[in-house]
This record gives sequence, structure tokens and C-alpha cells, in this order.
Amino acid sequence: MSGVIGLSRRRFLQVLAGTAGALVVGIGESYADVPIPPAMLGDDFGELGPYVRIDRDGNVLIGARDPDTGTGTATALPRIIAEELDADWTRVSVIPLGLGVQARDGKPVWTYGHQRSGTGDSIPAAWADLRQAGALARWLITQAAARRLGVAADRLRCEAGVVITPDGRRFPYGSLVEAASKIDPPNAPLPLKAPQRYTLVGRPAGDVDARRIVTGQTRYAIDAHYADALVAVLTQCPWADGSLASIETAPALAIKGVVKVVPIRPEADVPPGQTAIAPAVAVLAENTWAALRGLAELKLEWKPAANSAAEDSGKIEAQAIALLDTDSAPTTRVRDDGDLAAAGRKAVRRIEATYVQPWLAHATPEPMNCLVRLDKDQATLVVPTQAPQQAWAVVQRLTGLAPEKIAIEVPRVGGGYGRRLDHDYVAEAVMLAKAVDKPVRLMWTHEQGLAHDFYRSGTVHKIKAIVGRKRQVIAWDQRMASASALTGRGVAADRLWSSEVGANQLPAGLVANYRSDWYGLASAMPRGPFRGEPHVSNAFAVESFIDEIAHTLREDPLTTRLRLLGEARQIPLAGGGMLDIGRLLNVLKLVTDRIEWKNWLHNVNGMGLACWHIDGAYVAHAVEAAMHGDKLEIVRVVCAVDVGRVINPMGLGGQVAGATLDALSNALNPAITFKDGQVQQQGFKDYPLASMAQLPNDVEVILAPNDRAPTGASFLAMPSAAPALANAVFRASAVRVRRLPLMKELLRLL
Amino acid sequence: MPLAQAQGLPPATTGDITPEPVREGIDLTINGERFRHTGDPLMPLLWYLRDVLRLTGTKVGGAHGEGGYDLVLVGGKAVSAIKRPMAELAGARVVTVEGLASADGSLHPLQQAFIDEDAIGCGYCTAGWLIAGIDLLTRKPKPSDDDIDKLPNRCRCGCQTRVRRAIKRAAGASA
Repeated sequence: MSGVIGLSRRRFLQVLAGTAGALVVGIGESYADVPIPPAMLGDDFGELGPYVRIDRDGNVLIGARDPDTGTGTATALPRIIAEELDADWTRVSVIPLGLGVQARDGKPVWTYGHQRSGTGDSIPAAWADLRQAGALARWLITQAAARRLGVAADRLRCEAGVVITPDGRRFPYGSLVEAASKIDPPNAPLPLKAPQRYTLVGRPAGDVDARRIVTGQTRYAIDAHYADALVAVLTQCPWADGSLASIETAPALAIKGVVKVVPIRPEADVPPGQTAIAPAVAVLAENTWAALRGLAELKLEWKPAANSAAEDSGKIEAQAIALLDTDSAPTTRVRDDGDLAAAGRKAVRRIEATYVQPWLAHATPEPMNCLVRLDKDQATLVVPTQAPQQAWAVVQRLTGLAPEKIAIEVPRVGGGYGRRLDHDYVAEAVMLAKAVDKPVRLMWTHEQGLAHDFYRSGTVHKIKAIVGRKRQVIAWDQRMASASALTGRGVAADRLWSSEVGANQLPAGLVANYRSDWYGLASAMPRGPFRGEPHVSNAFAVESFIDEIAHTLREDPLTTRLRLLGEARQIPLAGGGMLDIGRLLNVLKLVTDRIEWKNWLHNVNGMGLACWHIDGAYVAHAVEAAMHGDKLEIVRVVCAVDVGRVINPMGLGGQVAGATLDALSNALNPAITFKDGQVQQQGFKDYPLASMAQLPNDVEVILAPNDRAPTGASFLAMPSAAPALANAVFRASAVRVRRLPLMKELLRLL
Repeated sequence: MPLAQAQGLPPATTGDITPEPVREGIDLTINGERFRHTGDPLMPLLWYLRDVLRLTGTKVGGAHGEGGYDLVLVGGKAVSAIKRPMAELAGARVVTVEGLASADGSLHPLQQAFIDEDAIGCGYCTAGWLIAGIDLLTRKPKPSDDDIDKLPNRCRCGCQTRVRRAIKRAAGASA
């Protein structure tokens, strides 16, 4: 029995009877075959993208469609389904769904809808559609119970995997699923549960993979292997657009176990992220050790291209600072409210500062890797990716296979941070598999990941503010220079700013005369998406600068912020939506209350504040810092977030603490520099992530839940962390850090 | 009595089967099981675990063990598996993350504490933290914050505060 409920124009909720009488509800496409994870069905239902399967023994299997890179979606998404199903969470198992793709007219159709991680939209997308899958399964089970018992369905209630009759009799879901799978679903979407009846959403849940992770059983892509696969390691040209001058392979091939040496070239005219970053030479061998030994024996000479040979991060930065000091026209005027010139005539104080932030690398824990098997009419891959659909596009382009003939498995991912939205390593693995006509497991080293990344561009901000009577900030003139992450990616020139600065970022909308200019820098260094950007770099400049305004006005920085924010109200955002000042004030109050901000002037340690908003979510940090000689101690960190409805408070708390520490770690030590076109950081020693000792012993997380639709939170707690720390450091040391990495600059100025 | 007969097996036919010569190698114990490595003695333990035994719980870290992703216990001490060639491990007792729980499936107190404190982000660095933490708890059953500060592990998901709580919880549990 099969039935459908229209969910969107193309996708449908479907119901089928699974093997052994199981009930299966999922989102399907009505036209074509869908590859289904065998664990989900165990049989041959070919037109279903399954989300939930309930077996006759009462066990529930829920598929998680978005890759989990540590952002908790493998736990949160299934809980959204389980909530509407009224499932017994202790009986629920979760499996990653892998890519859902089928073909229509030769074009790919995405069976599961949204499949992307780390861009902050997993939860909002799931909230919009996954609840229906759970609600439908519960409706069918209730109908089955009603028919069997001769009781009206609306007199039955469901609780933790059991249907309960008015007189208290209990029928486990498992006893009803076979009958339920034969019932036709309704034609319209079902009403959803009232939030006050939630038993899972809003309650804490540990990571569904936790036990497997602490026992070493979780398989990441890097752990996957085929017995007949060759291990591939490679070495890249130090210049992204350089080329191979000479190669001697005999010593490498003489190593026992080495099978082949294969040069790889980036494809011409293919956007960054879809082909190899740089020319490379790969060594393919029977095991990793042989491959690495072969790599060490390769004799290679590379030559730079004219473009990149002179690239120098120091020079780019100096040019950017000089550029912002002139009055040359910006690449894009991102926003221009009011009349800056007129505001200038009312100036009581003028304040100006320049902030410089370095290039950064993703430094993912799990190195870039990809396992690929190419058969005549089928490609099978295991890929650590945040965006399986984009990985699919790379494989499809290189193999020319029909859409449904490319299967991509996405196990749990060892950190993404935006790096795995690009798939150069997938392209490399496919090229190698084609070259050797065997399955290939490609693995980069960590060191190569640092030296060949799609970096976050360095940035320079120059901000000028005018303070009028009554200490009001009446004008804000912000210039930012960076190399756009979107260059070369098919984005129109007048939109390159959009990866670099937000049109709605603070204090836009709060200052009547507000201008934001973006100056695009040219650079041959590859750039790409980076966790939390463009919020993180802009928040550092803006929130530091607000603290500088407070200092100039000789007042409590909280007073300055509250005056700037004004009354609780809604402010329309450019492009739609509202900025809710009340919610921003609330998170600010939560952190200042907790850290006892009223002592800010008299505390022996320094205290600092910052706040931010991202797409309807709000965050504030309060940090207490102390200097012991030239040692910085981060004494306390308090973070409050308002993300609307909270699906899993434990998961969210972990995300908030984690994003806070990641942001602090990125601000404290590391920087990517390049000279003569070559990245100078070759290992973790040169690119230090924070040690335990440098980080605070605790992050005090305050959640401010409410009934609004949930928003993404994976990087919400990043932007305000570093400026709150820098502001605290200023109170603790009297040193204003306007340049990152923070520790290097602090020690220079102390 | 011949061995085969003592075990109730039929007597081995003689003459037509040549027993394989004993293969020279490096004998060691991993998670309580005995193994003999017969390949390149310079192969680091990491690749022996991951490529030969397919024990992939120990993760790939920096070329010199940076990040602590590849830590294992050798003789009860945390060492980087990439820095230990097999030649140095004759007779060694190695424990990897797969070997931390008891045979009956009951977890080490630190494993349980990691679950209870949700001290997991992407999970890639978790094995290394567990090994380093167990090494610490063995040396110092009541570690101070300063002791925990010295752990070599790095984490980009920001689990450090939760790892600290987990280690303290485990120290309390095993008291």
C-alpha cells in the first residue's frame, strides 16, 4: 500500500509496508528509482526516500539526512521526527542517509531535500518538513488502532511508542505497524503537536553516536576501505597556479608496495573547489606506509606562475591599509543610510580605528580524504563532505555518469568549518581512480591541508564614528578590505562583497547615518567558505570599536551599547526579516547579570562585552580576563544565545561552548602568511590551535529558549567571543588589540 | 602421544604437506590479542593498526603526532602511534581506543564520563583525549587543572571545557 501527501512541488511524503510488516514513511519522488540504504528497508521498495521505519518489535530506525560534522544534526534531526511520532527515544536508532539523488530527464532530483551541514540551516529546514514525516507515521498508527479497537481515533493518545485507549489499555506501536502500513494517508498535511506536549524537543539528549565514538567504533570516511583499493598520497605544487618542471619517479617506484605515480593537473576553467587546488603528484601504493615512503623518494621540481610568485600577505595587508586611508571609490557600497556629510556638521566627537585580521586555514581534524570505486556504469564513493549534492556534481562532471548512478555515502565527518563545502579532494580521487582503473583511497596529510587550503582572506577594517550631542552615535562610516571568497565561483562582480560583510550587521539600522563600503583585494591565494564568516571578522572590528567609543566617552561600555541599541523594537532588515532589539537586549542582560557586570570598573580583572545577531538568532558574550605578567588568563566566559525554539539543549549547549572556544582559539594564536607565493605554515607547530592551558576552564552557557521557529546555531556563538575577550584584555592590560592574532599583538604592545 | 592424536584428530598424513616455515616477525599484544608483524619493521604502529589490522579508532594526526589524534597506550603510557616504528614494539602491550572497555562491554569510567558530559564534537579527536586522559588518571588519580592543562590534544570543535569536566568526573568516580 502506498500513499502520498504533497509536501512541496516535487517531493511527497510516502507510506509503504516494509519487510516483515514494518511501517516506512519517507519523502519520495513519484517518478523514478531511488537508491535506498539497505539498512533502512532491507527490501525492494524503489520509490521512497525513507526517514522513519517502525518494526513490529517496536524498534524505530530514523535516517539523518544532513551530514554530521560535529554540529549535532544526527541527533537533533531524528528527534524532530521522533517528537511528532511520539516515539520511545530509547528504541530509536539513527543512520546517516547518504546522498539521495535520482534522475528526471537526465537531471538530478534530490530525494531528501536539504542535505548540507555547517551552514546553519539544517534545523530550520528540518523544522519546515521533517515534522510531517513523524506526524504521518503517528496518524497511521492511531488509525490502525482505532479500526482494530472500534474506538474513534481522536479518543486515543500516543506516548513513548504506545497507543493508549481512554480506559487505559496500551498498544505498542510495533503491534499496529503492519495494519498501519495498509491505510491510505490523508490528502492534506496533518496538524502538528502543540509545543506544550513536547517530550523530546527542548529536552537534553546526548549525541546518538556517543557510545560508538568513545569505543572507537564510529567509521569516518578516512576509515573506509575496499580490499582492492590503492592508497593514494600526494604532494602539491607550492604555488597554486604553478606547474611541474621535472619529475623522477624511479626511486619511488622501487619502494616495495608502490604501484604507480600519477601527476594531477587542475582542470582549466573549472571553478575553485571543483577541481584540484594545485598541480600535484600522487603516489599510489598497497598501503599507506609504502605510499608515504614512495612520496618521500619522489624527485620533483616545481615552477611558479607569474601570477602567484610575488604573492605576499604582508604586502597585501599594507596595500589594503593604504587603500582604506585614501578616498578611492569602493568596489561596492554595501549600505548607505542617511547623510554622513550632514551628520558631520553635528559632530561633538570623532573616533576612528583600524583593525587587521590575518588569513586563516580550516585545520580540520580529519584530513581531506575520499574513497572512490569507479565501475563501468556506476560510481561509489565515501566522502567526508558538508554538501553531498555538490560532491555529486564534481563526480558527475568527471565521470559523465547518469545522476542516479553515483552513490555517495557520508559517514560522520571529522570537522568541516566550511572546508568540506569544496570538493577538490573528491575531484583528485576520481581523477586518480580513472588513471589507475582501480578503487582509490586518497588521503592528504594535515600539513598539506594547511599549506593547500581555501583560506579565509585576511581583512582590514577602518571605522569612523561621529558622536553628537547626548553621546549619541550619529554616524558610522565603515570600510572593509578583503579578497572575496566568491572570486572565480561564478558570482557576479557586484555580489562579491556578500561573503565578506553583512548588509544587516550591527550597527546597521541603529545609526541613522550609516555607510558600509567594501574594497575587493586581488590575490592568487585560493579562498573559500569559512565557519562563521563574514560575521566573525566583522564582529571583531565592530564590537571592538564600540568598546573604543565607550572608552573615548569615558563611560561603562554597557551604557554605550544600551544607548546604541535603544528601546526594544523591531527594525526591518535589508532583504527581509526583522532585527528584534528586545531579544538582543535580553541576551546582553543575561550575560551581564551572570558575570556581575556592575563590578566592571572595580573588578581587579578586566571585563569585556560583545553581542551579535545572525539571521534571527542572537548572542552575547561577557569575558573576564587577567594578566599575570605577560600571561593572559581567560578567567570567565559567559555566553547567552536566543535561537528560538531549542531542539536539544544539551547539543545546543555543546555547540555554543564549542563555537566560543573555536573562535577564541582562532583569535589567540594562528595566522596563515605567505611569501613569494608560498604558504609559510607547514604544520601545527606553525599554526597553533589553542592548548587547554590557554582556554578558559569553563564556558557558562545560558540558553534563552522561546516558541519562535528554530534557527541555526552551529556558529552563532563565534562572532562575539573574540571581541569580548579583546575588550576584557583592554581593561586588564590597558592594551587595545586591533590586530590578530591576539597573543602576538598583546605581547608586542605590553 | 602425538599431539593430533591427543586432541582426538586423525593423524596427519606425512610427506605430501610441507609445513609453512615459521615467519619471522615482531610479536606484540594489542588490546589483549597477540599479533605478529611480518612486514617492514620501520612501519609506524599507526599504519599497522589502521591498514593491516583495520583498527581505525586511532586517528591520523600530524606528521609528528601533533594534535594527539593518534595516541595509544604502550605499556600503559600514552604515545603517538605515528612516532613508534614496529621495530621498537617487540613484546609491547598496546591498548587502543577499541580496547578501553571491558570484554563485557562495560565502559572505562572516562569513556562513560565523556558520554555523560557530552564531551564530543565531531568525535575525531575523542580517542586521543581518552588515551591521554587515562594516562593522566593512571599517573595522577586526582589531577589538578594544571595537570589537565598539560594534555597535548587539540580540538577545533571546542570540546576542551567538557573534556576537563569529564576527566574530573572520572577522577571522582574511580575514587
